[in-house]
Amino acid sequence: MADEGADAARPGELDPGAPRKRRRGPTRAPGDPRNIGWLYVLPGLAFYVLFTLAPLLHTVYYSLFDWDGLTPKTWVGLANYSEALRDSVLRDSFVHSAILIVYYAVFPVIIGLGLTAALTRSAIRGFRFFRTVLFLPQLIAGVVIAQAWTWIYASEGPLNRFLELIGLGSLARPWLGDFTWALPSIGAIGSWVTFGLCMVLFIAGVQKIPTSLYDAARVDGAGPVREFFAVTLPGLRAEILVAFVLTTINALRSFDIVYNTTAGGPGGSTIVPSMYMYQNAFLYNRVGYAAAISTVLAIAIFLLAALVLRIGDRGEHQ
Amino acid sequence: MTAVRLDRLGTYFILCTFSLLALYPVLSILFLALHKKTDLVSGFAFPTRIDLSSFEAAWTEGHFATGFKSSFIVAGAVTAASAVLSIGTGYAFGTMRFTGDRIVFPIILLGIIFPYEATVIPLYYDFQDVPLLHWNLLNTYWALILPQIGQSVAFGTFWMRAFFRSTPRSLIEAARIDGASSFGVLWRVLMPQAMPAVLTMSVLVFTYTWNEFLLALVLVSGTESHQTAPLGLSFFAGASRASDPTKVAAAAVLVALPILLVYLFLQRHFVRGMLAGALKE
Repeated sequence: MADEGADAARPGELDPGAPRKRRRGPTRAPGDPRNIGWLYVLPGLAFYVLFTLAPLLHTVYYSLFDWDGLTPKTWVGLANYSEALRDSVLRDSFVHSAILIVYYAVFPVIIGLGLTAALTRSAIRGFRFFRTVLFLPQLIAGVVIAQAWTWIYASEGPLNRFLELIGLGSLARPWLGDFTWALPSIGAIGSWVTFGLCMVLFIAGVQKIPTSLYDAARVDGAGPVREFFAVTLPGLRAEILVAFVLTTINALRSFDIVYNTTAGGPGGSTIVPSMYMYQNAFLYNRVGYAAAISTVLAIAIFLLAALVLRIGDRGEHQ
Repeated sequence: MTAVRLDRLGTYFILCTFSLLALYPVLSILFLALHKKTDLVSGFAFPTRIDLSSFEAAWTEGHFATGFKSSFIVAGAVTAASAVLSIGTGYAFGTMRFTGDRIVFPIILLGIIFPYEATVIPLYYDFQDVPLLHWNLLNTYWALILPQIGQSVAFGTFWMRAFFRSTPRSLIEAARIDGASSFGVLWRVLMPQAMPAVLTMSVLVFTYTWNEFLLALVLVSGTESHQTAPLGLSFFAGASRASDPTKVAAAAVLVALPILLVYLFLQRHFVRGMLAGALKE
Protein backbone atom coordinates (compact mmCIF):
# COMPACT_ATOMS: atom_id res chain seq x y z
CA MET A 1 0.00 0.00 0.00
CA ALA A 2 1.11 3.53 -0.68
CA ASP A 3 0.39 4.78 2.79
CA GLU A 4 3.85 4.04 4.21
CA GLY A 5 5.15 7.26 2.76
CA ALA A 6 2.17 9.23 3.88
CA ASP A 7 2.70 8.08 7.42
CA ALA A 8 6.37 8.85 7.44
CA ALA A 9 5.61 12.38 6.32
CA ARG A 10 3.81 13.03 9.57
CA PRO A 11 6.32 12.20 12.25
CA GLY A 12 4.38 14.10 14.86
CA GLU A 13 1.90 11.30 15.02
CA LEU A 14 4.45 8.79 16.05
CA ASP A 15 5.73 10.95 18.86
CA PRO A 16 4.92 9.12 22.06
CA GLY A 17 5.40 12.23 24.12
CA ALA A 18 2.72 14.25 22.36
CA PRO A 19 -0.27 14.67 24.64
CA ARG A 20 -3.40 13.10 23.25
CA LYS A 21 -6.73 14.57 23.97
CA ARG A 22 -9.33 12.12 25.12
CA ARG A 23 -12.28 12.44 22.87
CA ARG A 24 -15.69 11.60 24.10
CA GLY A 25 -19.11 11.24 22.65
CA PRO A 26 -20.54 8.04 21.21
CA THR A 27 -20.65 9.12 17.58
CA ARG A 28 -17.03 10.14 17.32
CA ALA A 29 -14.47 7.57 16.33
CA PRO A 30 -11.54 7.37 18.69
CA GLY A 31 -8.65 8.20 16.45
CA ASP A 32 -6.29 10.83 15.25
CA PRO A 33 -7.23 13.16 12.46
CA ARG A 34 -5.73 11.31 9.53
CA ASN A 35 -6.98 11.94 6.06
CA ILE A 36 -5.34 8.73 5.07
CA GLY A 37 -8.63 7.24 6.22
CA TRP A 38 -10.04 8.23 2.85
CA LEU A 39 -7.70 5.76 1.18
CA TYR A 40 -9.40 2.94 3.05
CA VAL A 41 -12.89 4.31 2.58
CA LEU A 42 -12.80 5.16 -1.11
CA PRO A 43 -12.90 1.69 -2.72
CA GLY A 44 -15.87 0.54 -0.66
CA LEU A 45 -17.54 3.91 -0.95
CA ALA A 46 -17.19 3.81 -4.74
CA PHE A 47 -19.15 0.55 -4.97
CA TYR A 48 -21.75 1.82 -2.58
CA VAL A 49 -22.21 5.12 -4.40
CA LEU A 50 -22.26 3.59 -7.88
CA PHE A 51 -24.51 0.63 -7.22
CA THR A 52 -26.73 1.62 -4.31
CA LEU A 53 -26.84 5.36 -3.79
CA ALA A 54 -26.88 6.41 -7.45
CA PRO A 55 -29.64 3.93 -8.42
CA LEU A 56 -31.62 5.11 -5.40
CA LEU A 57 -31.49 8.70 -6.63
CA HIS A 58 -32.00 7.53 -10.18
CA THR A 59 -35.26 5.89 -9.08
CA VAL A 60 -36.49 9.22 -7.73
CA TYR A 61 -35.48 10.86 -11.03
CA TYR A 62 -37.39 8.27 -13.09
CA SER A 63 -40.45 8.82 -10.94
CA LEU A 64 -40.81 12.32 -12.42
CA PHE A 65 -41.26 10.98 -15.96
CA ASP A 66 -43.82 9.15 -17.99
CA TRP A 67 -41.78 6.37 -19.57
CA ASP A 68 -42.46 2.98 -21.11
CA GLY A 69 -38.78 1.96 -20.95
CA LEU A 70 -38.29 2.19 -24.73
CA THR A 71 -39.41 5.49 -26.24
CA PRO A 72 -38.06 8.82 -24.94
CA LYS A 73 -39.17 9.90 -21.50
CA THR A 74 -41.70 12.70 -20.98
CA TRP A 75 -41.33 14.97 -17.98
CA VAL A 76 -44.52 14.92 -15.93
CA GLY A 77 -43.37 16.39 -12.62
CA LEU A 78 -45.30 14.94 -9.72
CA ALA A 79 -48.09 13.49 -11.85
CA ASN A 80 -47.06 9.93 -11.01
CA TYR A 81 -47.42 10.72 -7.33
CA SER A 82 -50.81 12.30 -7.70
CA GLU A 83 -51.88 9.26 -9.69
CA ALA A 84 -50.50 7.07 -6.90
CA LEU A 85 -52.76 8.88 -4.45
CA ARG A 86 -55.81 8.02 -6.56
CA ASP A 87 -54.79 4.48 -7.48
CA SER A 88 -57.04 2.09 -5.57
CA VAL A 89 -54.78 -0.91 -6.32
CA LEU A 90 -51.82 0.88 -4.78
CA ARG A 91 -53.93 1.86 -1.80
CA ASP A 92 -54.97 -1.78 -1.40
CA SER A 93 -51.36 -2.86 -1.63
CA PHE A 94 -50.37 -0.58 1.24
CA VAL A 95 -53.35 -1.77 3.27
CA HIS A 96 -52.17 -5.33 2.64
CA SER A 97 -48.70 -4.32 3.76
CA ALA A 98 -50.12 -2.87 6.96
CA ILE A 99 -51.98 -6.13 7.57
CA LEU A 100 -48.79 -8.07 6.89
CA ILE A 101 -46.96 -5.91 9.44
CA VAL A 102 -49.45 -7.11 12.03
CA TYR A 103 -48.60 -10.71 11.13
CA TYR A 104 -44.85 -10.21 10.66
CA ALA A 105 -44.19 -7.83 13.52
CA VAL A 106 -47.03 -7.41 16.03
CA PHE A 107 -48.04 -11.04 16.51
CA PRO A 108 -44.49 -12.38 16.81
CA VAL A 109 -43.51 -9.64 19.27
CA ILE A 110 -46.60 -10.29 21.42
CA ILE A 111 -46.15 -14.05 21.21
CA GLY A 112 -42.45 -13.70 21.98
CA LEU A 113 -43.14 -11.48 24.98
CA GLY A 114 -45.87 -13.76 26.29
CA LEU A 115 -43.68 -16.80 26.06
CA THR A 116 -40.73 -15.01 27.59
CA ALA A 117 -42.93 -14.05 30.51
CA ALA A 118 -44.11 -17.64 30.83
CA LEU A 119 -40.61 -19.07 30.77
CA THR A 120 -38.93 -19.24 34.13
CA ARG A 121 -36.03 -16.93 34.51
CA SER A 122 -33.68 -19.66 35.62
CA ALA A 123 -30.95 -20.33 33.07
CA ILE A 124 -32.30 -22.67 30.42
CA ARG A 125 -30.13 -25.66 29.87
CA GLY A 126 -29.78 -26.49 26.22
CA PHE A 127 -30.87 -22.99 25.20
CA ARG A 128 -28.30 -23.05 22.43
CA PHE A 129 -30.12 -25.94 20.81
CA PHE A 130 -33.48 -24.19 21.00
CA ARG A 131 -31.94 -21.01 19.73
CA THR A 132 -30.52 -22.83 16.73
CA VAL A 133 -33.90 -24.30 15.84
CA LEU A 134 -35.96 -21.18 16.52
CA PHE A 135 -33.64 -19.14 14.35
CA LEU A 136 -33.76 -21.52 11.42
CA PRO A 137 -36.61 -19.84 9.45
CA GLN A 138 -34.53 -16.64 9.27
CA LEU A 139 -31.92 -18.16 7.00
CA ILE A 140 -34.00 -19.99 4.48
CA ALA A 141 -34.47 -18.36 1.10
CA GLY A 142 -37.87 -16.79 0.54
CA VAL A 143 -38.33 -18.90 -2.57
CA VAL A 144 -37.80 -22.08 -0.56
CA ILE A 145 -40.12 -20.92 2.23
CA ALA A 146 -42.75 -20.20 -0.42
CA GLN A 147 -42.46 -23.76 -1.76
CA ALA A 148 -42.74 -25.28 1.72
CA TRP A 149 -45.85 -23.31 2.60
CA THR A 150 -47.46 -23.72 -0.79
CA TRP A 151 -47.38 -27.43 -0.01
CA ILE A 152 -48.68 -26.97 3.55
CA TYR A 153 -51.59 -24.87 2.24
CA ALA A 154 -52.32 -27.09 -0.78
CA SER A 155 -55.75 -28.73 -1.11
CA GLU A 156 -54.27 -32.13 -0.40
CA GLY A 157 -51.58 -30.74 1.90
CA PRO A 158 -50.83 -31.21 5.60
CA LEU A 159 -52.93 -28.31 6.94
CA ASN A 160 -56.17 -29.51 5.42
CA ARG A 161 -55.40 -33.07 6.45
CA PHE A 162 -54.80 -31.86 10.01
CA LEU A 163 -58.13 -30.02 10.03
CA GLU A 164 -59.91 -33.16 8.86
CA LEU A 165 -58.14 -35.14 11.54
CA ILE A 166 -59.44 -32.93 14.34
CA GLY A 167 -62.93 -32.82 12.90
CA LEU A 168 -62.76 -29.40 11.28
CA GLY A 169 -62.72 -30.74 7.74
CA SER A 170 -65.39 -28.23 6.76
CA LEU A 171 -62.78 -25.49 7.10
CA ALA A 172 -60.42 -27.16 4.63
CA ARG A 173 -59.79 -25.15 1.49
CA PRO A 174 -57.01 -24.28 -0.94
CA TRP A 175 -55.81 -21.51 1.35
CA LEU A 176 -53.70 -19.49 -1.07
CA GLY A 177 -56.41 -19.54 -3.72
CA ASP A 178 -59.08 -18.17 -1.41
CA PHE A 179 -59.99 -14.48 -1.68
CA THR A 180 -60.51 -14.07 2.05
CA TRP A 181 -57.81 -16.37 3.33
CA ALA A 182 -54.88 -15.83 0.97
CA LEU A 183 -53.58 -12.71 2.71
CA PRO A 184 -53.82 -14.08 6.26
CA SER A 185 -52.18 -17.26 4.95
CA ILE A 186 -49.22 -15.26 3.67
CA GLY A 187 -49.24 -13.35 6.95
CA ALA A 188 -48.96 -16.61 8.86
CA ILE A 189 -45.87 -17.47 6.82
CA GLY A 190 -44.39 -14.17 7.96
CA SER A 191 -45.26 -14.89 11.58
CA TRP A 192 -43.49 -18.21 11.20
CA VAL A 193 -40.40 -16.56 9.75
CA THR A 194 -40.08 -13.95 12.49
CA PHE A 195 -41.40 -15.40 15.78
CA GLY A 196 -38.22 -17.34 16.53
CA LEU A 197 -36.15 -14.21 16.06
CA CYS A 198 -38.33 -12.39 18.60
CA MET A 199 -38.21 -15.26 21.09
CA VAL A 200 -34.44 -15.57 20.91
CA LEU A 201 -34.03 -11.81 21.28
CA PHE A 202 -36.33 -11.58 24.28
CA ILE A 203 -35.09 -14.68 26.09
CA ALA A 204 -31.51 -13.47 25.73
CA GLY A 205 -32.56 -10.00 26.86
CA VAL A 206 -34.45 -11.13 29.93
CA GLN A 207 -31.37 -12.98 31.19
CA LYS A 208 -29.58 -9.65 31.29
CA ILE A 209 -32.13 -7.96 33.58
CA PRO A 210 -30.61 -7.84 37.09
CA THR A 211 -32.18 -10.39 39.42
CA SER A 212 -32.34 -7.72 42.11
CA LEU A 213 -35.11 -5.96 40.19
CA TYR A 214 -37.24 -9.09 40.31
CA ASP A 215 -36.45 -9.62 43.98
CA ALA A 216 -37.47 -6.05 44.72
CA ALA A 217 -40.71 -6.49 42.82
CA ARG A 218 -41.48 -9.65 44.78
CA VAL A 219 -40.70 -7.98 48.08
CA ASP A 220 -43.19 -5.29 47.10
CA GLY A 221 -45.75 -8.03 46.65
CA ALA A 222 -46.00 -7.84 42.86
CA GLY A 223 -47.66 -10.80 41.21
CA PRO A 224 -46.45 -12.29 37.92
CA VAL A 225 -48.50 -9.79 35.89
CA ARG A 226 -47.24 -6.72 37.73
CA GLU A 227 -43.75 -8.14 37.59
CA PHE A 228 -44.00 -8.48 33.83
CA PHE A 229 -45.17 -4.91 33.28
CA ALA A 230 -42.94 -3.33 35.92
CA VAL A 231 -39.69 -5.19 35.32
CA THR A 232 -39.62 -7.42 32.24
CA LEU A 233 -41.25 -5.09 29.74
CA PRO A 234 -39.11 -2.00 30.54
CA GLY A 235 -36.02 -4.21 30.72
CA LEU A 236 -36.63 -5.47 27.19
CA ARG A 237 -37.18 -2.03 25.66
CA ALA A 238 -34.14 -2.19 23.38
CA GLU A 239 -34.90 -5.75 22.27
CA ILE A 240 -38.54 -4.97 21.51
CA LEU A 241 -37.46 -2.00 19.43
CA VAL A 242 -34.99 -4.06 17.44
CA ALA A 243 -37.54 -6.81 16.96
CA PHE A 244 -40.06 -4.31 15.59
CA VAL A 245 -37.61 -2.84 13.12
CA LEU A 246 -36.32 -6.14 11.80
CA THR A 247 -39.77 -7.68 11.46
CA THR A 248 -41.44 -4.61 9.99
CA ILE A 249 -38.75 -4.26 7.35
CA ASN A 250 -39.21 -7.98 6.70
CA ALA A 251 -42.92 -7.34 6.15
CA LEU A 252 -42.29 -4.46 3.75
CA ARG A 253 -39.82 -6.61 1.83
CA SER A 254 -42.20 -9.53 1.43
CA PHE A 255 -41.69 -9.68 -2.35
CA ASP A 256 -40.01 -13.12 -2.53
CA ILE A 257 -42.75 -14.89 -0.64
CA VAL A 258 -45.66 -13.11 -2.30
CA TYR A 259 -44.25 -13.55 -5.80
CA ASN A 260 -43.65 -17.27 -5.25
CA THR A 261 -46.93 -18.11 -3.54
CA THR A 262 -49.76 -16.03 -5.00
CA ALA A 263 -48.00 -13.44 -7.21
CA GLY A 264 -50.54 -10.97 -5.82
CA GLY A 265 -53.63 -13.02 -6.57
CA PRO A 266 -56.27 -14.22 -6.41
CA GLY A 267 -57.77 -11.11 -7.94
CA GLY A 268 -55.23 -8.76 -6.38
CA SER A 269 -56.16 -9.84 -2.87
CA THR A 270 -52.52 -10.28 -1.82
CA ILE A 271 -50.85 -7.57 -3.87
CA VAL A 272 -48.17 -5.63 -1.94
CA PRO A 273 -46.32 -2.45 -3.01
CA SER A 274 -43.15 -4.28 -4.10
CA MET A 275 -45.18 -6.70 -6.21
CA TYR A 276 -47.17 -3.86 -7.76
CA MET A 277 -43.94 -2.00 -8.46
CA TYR A 278 -42.55 -5.08 -10.19
CA GLN A 279 -45.68 -5.49 -12.31
CA ASN A 280 -45.69 -1.85 -13.38
CA ALA A 281 -41.99 -1.75 -14.20
CA PHE A 282 -41.51 -5.07 -15.91
CA LEU A 283 -44.91 -6.30 -17.08
CA TYR A 284 -46.98 -3.18 -17.82
CA ASN A 285 -44.01 -1.03 -18.97
CA ARG A 286 -45.00 1.84 -16.72
CA VAL A 287 -41.48 2.57 -15.56
CA GLY A 288 -42.03 6.11 -14.27
CA TYR A 289 -45.03 5.08 -12.22
CA ALA A 290 -43.21 2.03 -10.87
CA ALA A 291 -40.33 4.29 -9.84
CA ALA A 292 -42.80 6.49 -7.96
CA ILE A 293 -44.06 3.42 -6.06
CA SER A 294 -40.45 2.44 -5.31
CA THR A 295 -39.77 5.90 -3.96
CA VAL A 296 -42.81 5.90 -1.73
CA LEU A 297 -41.84 2.46 -0.39
CA ALA A 298 -38.27 3.61 0.25
CA ILE A 299 -39.50 6.70 2.08
CA ALA A 300 -41.80 4.57 4.21
CA ILE A 301 -38.90 2.30 5.18
CA PHE A 302 -36.61 5.26 5.79
CA LEU A 303 -39.10 7.01 8.08
CA LEU A 304 -39.55 3.85 10.07
CA ALA A 305 -35.80 3.35 10.50
CA ALA A 306 -35.24 7.01 11.35
CA LEU A 307 -37.91 6.83 14.01
CA VAL A 308 -36.27 3.83 15.61
CA LEU A 309 -32.76 5.27 15.36
CA ARG A 310 -33.99 8.34 17.20
CA ILE A 311 -35.52 6.28 19.96
CA GLY A 312 -32.32 4.25 20.11
CA ASP A 313 -30.28 7.43 20.33
CA ARG A 314 -32.29 8.61 23.28
CA GLY A 315 -31.54 5.32 25.01
CA GLU A 316 -27.82 5.78 24.52
CA HIS A 317 -27.70 9.11 26.30
CA GLN A 318 -29.53 7.92 29.35
CA MET B 1 -38.95 -28.03 44.99
CA THR B 2 -41.78 -29.55 43.00
CA ALA B 3 -42.96 -26.09 42.02
CA VAL B 4 -39.55 -25.36 40.55
CA ARG B 5 -39.65 -28.71 38.74
CA LEU B 6 -43.08 -27.96 37.34
CA ASP B 7 -41.89 -24.54 36.27
CA ARG B 8 -38.96 -26.02 34.46
CA LEU B 9 -41.15 -28.63 32.81
CA GLY B 10 -43.41 -25.84 31.57
CA THR B 11 -40.42 -23.96 30.20
CA TYR B 12 -39.22 -26.93 28.21
CA PHE B 13 -42.72 -27.73 27.04
CA ILE B 14 -43.07 -24.23 25.59
CA LEU B 15 -39.64 -24.27 24.02
CA CYS B 16 -40.16 -27.71 22.49
CA THR B 17 -43.59 -26.82 21.10
CA PHE B 18 -42.34 -23.70 19.40
CA SER B 19 -39.17 -25.34 18.18
CA LEU B 20 -41.32 -27.98 16.55
CA LEU B 21 -43.41 -25.23 15.00
CA ALA B 22 -40.25 -23.63 13.61
CA LEU B 23 -39.05 -26.95 12.27
CA TYR B 24 -42.23 -28.40 10.84
CA PRO B 25 -42.48 -26.56 7.50
CA VAL B 26 -38.87 -27.46 6.78
CA LEU B 27 -39.51 -31.08 7.67
CA SER B 28 -42.73 -31.23 5.70
CA ILE B 29 -41.04 -30.25 2.47
CA LEU B 30 -38.24 -32.72 3.17
CA PHE B 31 -40.81 -35.48 3.73
CA LEU B 32 -42.50 -34.60 0.47
CA ALA B 33 -39.17 -34.61 -1.33
CA LEU B 34 -38.36 -38.11 -0.12
CA HIS B 35 -41.30 -39.49 -2.11
CA LYS B 36 -41.59 -39.98 -5.80
CA LYS B 37 -44.31 -38.73 -8.10
CA THR B 38 -46.14 -42.04 -8.37
CA ASP B 39 -46.65 -42.13 -4.58
CA LEU B 40 -49.43 -39.53 -5.07
CA VAL B 41 -48.61 -37.91 -1.75
CA SER B 42 -51.15 -36.11 0.36
CA GLY B 43 -51.44 -34.98 3.95
CA PHE B 44 -48.50 -35.32 6.28
CA ALA B 45 -46.57 -37.54 3.91
CA PHE B 46 -44.32 -39.26 6.42
CA PRO B 47 -41.89 -41.14 4.22
CA THR B 48 -42.06 -44.86 4.84
CA ARG B 49 -38.99 -45.48 2.79
CA ILE B 50 -36.44 -43.03 1.55
CA ASP B 51 -36.55 -42.46 -2.16
CA LEU B 52 -34.03 -40.05 -3.63
CA SER B 53 -35.26 -40.23 -7.20
CA SER B 54 -37.01 -36.86 -6.87
CA PHE B 55 -33.70 -35.23 -6.03
CA GLU B 56 -32.10 -36.74 -9.09
CA ALA B 57 -34.96 -35.65 -11.30
CA ALA B 58 -34.98 -32.14 -9.82
CA TRP B 59 -31.22 -31.76 -10.20
CA THR B 60 -31.23 -32.61 -13.90
CA GLU B 61 -34.60 -31.24 -15.02
CA GLY B 62 -34.27 -28.01 -13.04
CA HIS B 63 -30.73 -27.41 -14.36
CA PHE B 64 -29.48 -26.94 -10.83
CA ALA B 65 -25.90 -27.71 -11.79
CA THR B 66 -25.85 -24.34 -13.59
CA GLY B 67 -27.98 -22.71 -10.90
CA PHE B 68 -25.59 -23.78 -8.16
CA LYS B 69 -22.59 -22.72 -10.18
CA SER B 70 -24.07 -19.25 -10.73
CA SER B 71 -25.07 -18.91 -7.10
CA PHE B 72 -21.65 -19.97 -5.84
CA ILE B 73 -19.88 -17.58 -8.21
CA VAL B 74 -22.11 -14.65 -7.33
CA ALA B 75 -22.28 -15.28 -3.57
CA GLY B 76 -18.55 -16.08 -3.41
CA ALA B 77 -17.52 -12.97 -5.32
CA VAL B 78 -19.83 -10.68 -3.36
CA THR B 79 -18.70 -12.13 -0.03
CA ALA B 80 -14.99 -11.87 -0.81
CA ALA B 81 -15.12 -8.41 -2.35
CA SER B 82 -17.36 -6.89 0.30
CA ALA B 83 -15.23 -8.40 3.08
CA VAL B 84 -12.07 -6.77 1.72
CA LEU B 85 -13.81 -3.44 1.09
CA SER B 86 -15.57 -3.41 4.46
CA ILE B 87 -12.38 -4.16 6.38
CA GLY B 88 -10.98 -1.02 4.79
CA THR B 89 -13.99 1.20 5.43
CA GLY B 90 -14.57 -0.24 8.90
CA TYR B 91 -10.92 0.30 9.83
CA ALA B 92 -11.02 3.93 8.73
CA PHE B 93 -14.34 4.78 10.39
CA GLY B 94 -13.50 2.80 13.51
CA THR B 95 -10.00 4.04 14.26
CA MET B 96 -9.38 7.26 12.36
CA ARG B 97 -10.83 10.69 11.99
CA PHE B 98 -10.70 12.40 8.67
CA THR B 99 -12.38 15.25 6.90
CA GLY B 100 -15.97 14.39 6.21
CA ASP B 101 -16.05 11.07 8.07
CA ARG B 102 -19.06 12.11 10.09
CA ILE B 103 -21.02 12.93 6.97
CA VAL B 104 -20.02 9.91 4.92
CA PHE B 105 -20.62 7.26 7.55
CA PRO B 106 -24.34 7.95 8.04
CA ILE B 107 -24.78 8.02 4.28
CA ILE B 108 -23.28 4.54 4.01
CA LEU B 109 -25.42 3.41 6.91
CA LEU B 110 -28.51 4.34 4.90
CA GLY B 111 -27.70 1.53 2.50
CA ILE B 112 -28.48 -1.08 5.16
CA ILE B 113 -32.16 -0.26 5.25
CA PHE B 114 -33.06 0.29 1.61
CA PRO B 115 -34.26 -2.83 -0.16
CA TYR B 116 -33.40 -3.74 -3.73
CA GLU B 117 -36.98 -2.77 -4.56
CA ALA B 118 -35.75 0.83 -4.41
CA THR B 119 -32.84 0.38 -6.82
CA VAL B 120 -33.78 -2.42 -9.20
CA ILE B 121 -35.49 -0.31 -11.87
CA PRO B 122 -32.49 1.91 -12.72
CA LEU B 123 -30.17 -1.07 -12.36
CA TYR B 124 -32.14 -2.84 -15.07
CA TYR B 125 -32.00 0.08 -17.49
CA ASP B 126 -28.45 1.14 -16.69
CA PHE B 127 -27.07 -2.39 -17.00
CA GLN B 128 -28.70 -2.71 -20.40
CA ASP B 129 -26.48 0.05 -21.67
CA VAL B 130 -23.93 1.16 -19.10
CA PRO B 131 -23.62 4.95 -19.24
CA LEU B 132 -20.48 6.10 -21.11
CA LEU B 133 -19.17 2.55 -21.62
CA HIS B 134 -22.16 1.18 -23.54
CA TRP B 135 -21.77 -2.36 -22.23
CA ASN B 136 -24.72 -4.65 -21.82
CA LEU B 137 -24.36 -6.34 -18.44
CA LEU B 138 -27.86 -7.80 -18.28
CA ASN B 139 -27.79 -11.59 -17.98
CA THR B 140 -24.18 -11.58 -16.78
CA TYR B 141 -22.84 -12.33 -13.31
CA TRP B 142 -21.73 -8.72 -13.05
CA ALA B 143 -25.34 -7.57 -12.97
CA LEU B 144 -25.81 -9.49 -9.72
CA ILE B 145 -22.35 -9.10 -8.23
CA LEU B 146 -21.88 -5.33 -8.47
CA PRO B 147 -25.14 -4.15 -6.82
CA GLN B 148 -24.86 -6.73 -4.07
CA ILE B 149 -21.31 -5.63 -3.28
CA GLY B 150 -22.64 -2.08 -3.02
CA GLN B 151 -25.34 -3.09 -0.56
CA SER B 152 -23.13 -5.51 1.41
CA VAL B 153 -20.47 -2.85 1.91
CA ALA B 154 -23.07 -0.82 3.81
CA PHE B 155 -23.69 -3.62 6.28
CA GLY B 156 -20.01 -4.61 6.31
CA THR B 157 -18.89 -1.08 7.11
CA PHE B 158 -21.31 -0.88 9.99
CA TRP B 159 -20.21 -4.27 11.30
CA MET B 160 -16.44 -3.87 10.94
CA ARG B 161 -16.51 -0.32 12.31
CA ALA B 162 -18.16 -1.62 15.46
CA PHE B 163 -15.44 -4.25 15.73
CA PHE B 164 -12.51 -1.88 15.16
CA ARG B 165 -13.95 0.60 17.65
CA SER B 166 -13.96 -2.12 20.27
CA THR B 167 -10.28 -2.97 19.85
CA PRO B 168 -8.06 -1.51 22.59
CA ARG B 169 -6.73 1.88 21.62
CA SER B 170 -3.41 1.12 23.31
CA LEU B 171 -2.75 -1.71 20.87
CA ILE B 172 -2.88 0.64 17.91
CA GLU B 173 -0.83 3.30 19.69
CA ALA B 174 1.85 0.82 20.68
CA ALA B 175 2.16 -0.38 17.11
CA ARG B 176 2.42 3.21 15.87
CA ILE B 177 5.13 3.95 18.37
CA ASP B 178 6.98 0.96 16.97
CA GLY B 179 6.79 2.69 13.63
CA ALA B 180 4.09 0.66 11.98
CA SER B 181 2.30 2.26 9.05
CA SER B 182 -1.47 2.45 9.08
CA PHE B 183 -1.58 -0.59 6.83
CA GLY B 184 0.88 -2.37 9.09
CA VAL B 185 -1.36 -1.70 12.08
CA LEU B 186 -4.33 -3.11 10.23
CA TRP B 187 -2.58 -6.11 8.72
CA ARG B 188 -0.28 -7.24 11.50
CA VAL B 189 -1.98 -6.02 14.66
CA LEU B 190 -5.73 -5.86 14.10
CA MET B 191 -6.47 -8.44 11.42
CA PRO B 192 -5.42 -11.48 13.49
CA GLN B 193 -8.02 -10.47 16.06
CA ALA B 194 -10.60 -9.49 13.50
CA MET B 195 -11.04 -12.92 11.98
CA PRO B 196 -14.15 -13.93 14.00
CA ALA B 197 -15.84 -10.63 13.14
CA VAL B 198 -14.91 -11.04 9.47
CA LEU B 199 -16.23 -14.60 9.50
CA THR B 200 -19.56 -13.51 10.99
CA MET B 201 -19.90 -10.80 8.39
CA SER B 202 -18.98 -13.16 5.56
CA VAL B 203 -21.43 -15.80 6.68
CA LEU B 204 -24.26 -13.27 6.72
CA VAL B 205 -23.36 -11.70 3.38
CA PHE B 206 -23.05 -15.12 1.78
CA THR B 207 -26.45 -16.14 3.10
CA TYR B 208 -28.21 -12.97 2.00
CA THR B 209 -26.61 -13.16 -1.43
CA TRP B 210 -27.39 -16.84 -1.85
CA ASN B 211 -31.04 -16.25 -0.93
CA GLU B 212 -31.53 -13.08 -2.99
CA PHE B 213 -34.38 -13.29 -5.46
CA LEU B 214 -35.65 -9.97 -6.88
CA LEU B 215 -32.36 -8.89 -8.47
CA ALA B 216 -31.90 -12.28 -10.08
CA LEU B 217 -35.47 -12.25 -11.37
CA VAL B 218 -35.07 -8.85 -13.00
CA LEU B 219 -31.44 -8.87 -14.07
CA VAL B 220 -30.58 -12.41 -15.20
CA SER B 221 -33.81 -14.19 -16.03
CA GLY B 222 -33.06 -13.84 -19.76
CA THR B 223 -30.56 -16.67 -20.00
CA GLU B 224 -30.66 -20.03 -18.33
CA SER B 225 -26.88 -20.16 -18.04
CA HIS B 226 -26.70 -17.35 -15.47
CA GLN B 227 -29.77 -18.03 -13.37
CA THR B 228 -29.13 -18.41 -9.66
CA ALA B 229 -30.42 -21.40 -7.72
CA PRO B 230 -33.39 -19.57 -6.12
CA LEU B 231 -34.44 -18.16 -9.48
CA GLY B 232 -34.13 -21.61 -11.04
CA LEU B 233 -36.29 -22.97 -8.24
CA SER B 234 -38.94 -20.32 -8.85
CA PHE B 235 -39.11 -21.14 -12.58
CA PHE B 236 -38.97 -24.86 -11.95
CA ALA B 237 -41.82 -24.64 -9.44
CA GLY B 238 -43.92 -22.63 -11.85
CA ALA B 239 -43.37 -25.19 -14.59
CA SER B 240 -43.69 -28.48 -12.72
CA ARG B 241 -45.44 -28.10 -9.37
CA ALA B 242 -48.80 -29.05 -10.80
CA SER B 243 -47.48 -32.23 -12.40
CA ASP B 244 -45.07 -33.38 -9.69
CA PRO B 245 -44.86 -31.61 -6.31
CA THR B 246 -42.25 -34.06 -4.99
CA LYS B 247 -39.74 -32.89 -7.57
CA VAL B 248 -40.27 -29.24 -6.68
CA ALA B 249 -39.94 -30.10 -2.99
CA ALA B 250 -36.65 -31.83 -3.70
CA ALA B 251 -35.44 -28.79 -5.61
CA ALA B 252 -36.41 -26.54 -2.69
CA VAL B 253 -34.45 -28.73 -0.28
CA LEU B 254 -31.44 -28.60 -2.60
CA VAL B 255 -31.51 -24.80 -2.77
CA ALA B 256 -31.71 -24.49 1.02
CA LEU B 257 -29.05 -27.14 1.67
CA PRO B 258 -25.81 -25.13 1.31
CA ILE B 259 -26.99 -22.48 3.78
CA LEU B 260 -28.29 -25.12 6.19
CA LEU B 261 -24.91 -26.84 6.13
CA VAL B 262 -23.09 -23.59 6.85
CA TYR B 263 -25.59 -22.90 9.62
CA LEU B 264 -24.97 -26.29 11.18
CA PHE B 265 -21.30 -25.50 11.65
CA LEU B 266 -21.36 -21.75 12.17
CA GLN B 267 -24.72 -21.15 13.87
CA ARG B 268 -23.14 -18.97 16.55
CA HIS B 269 -22.08 -16.54 13.84
CA PHE B 270 -25.53 -16.28 12.32
CA VAL B 271 -27.26 -15.56 15.60
CA ARG B 272 -24.57 -13.18 16.77
CA GLY B 273 -24.54 -11.34 13.47
CA MET B 274 -28.27 -10.93 13.21
CA LEU B 275 -28.93 -9.99 16.83
CA ALA B 276 -25.80 -8.35 18.17
CA GLY B 277 -25.41 -6.33 15.00
CA ALA B 278 -28.84 -4.90 15.46
CA LEU B 279 -28.43 -4.27 19.17
CA LYS B 280 -24.94 -2.90 19.09
CA GLU B 281 -25.55 0.60 17.91
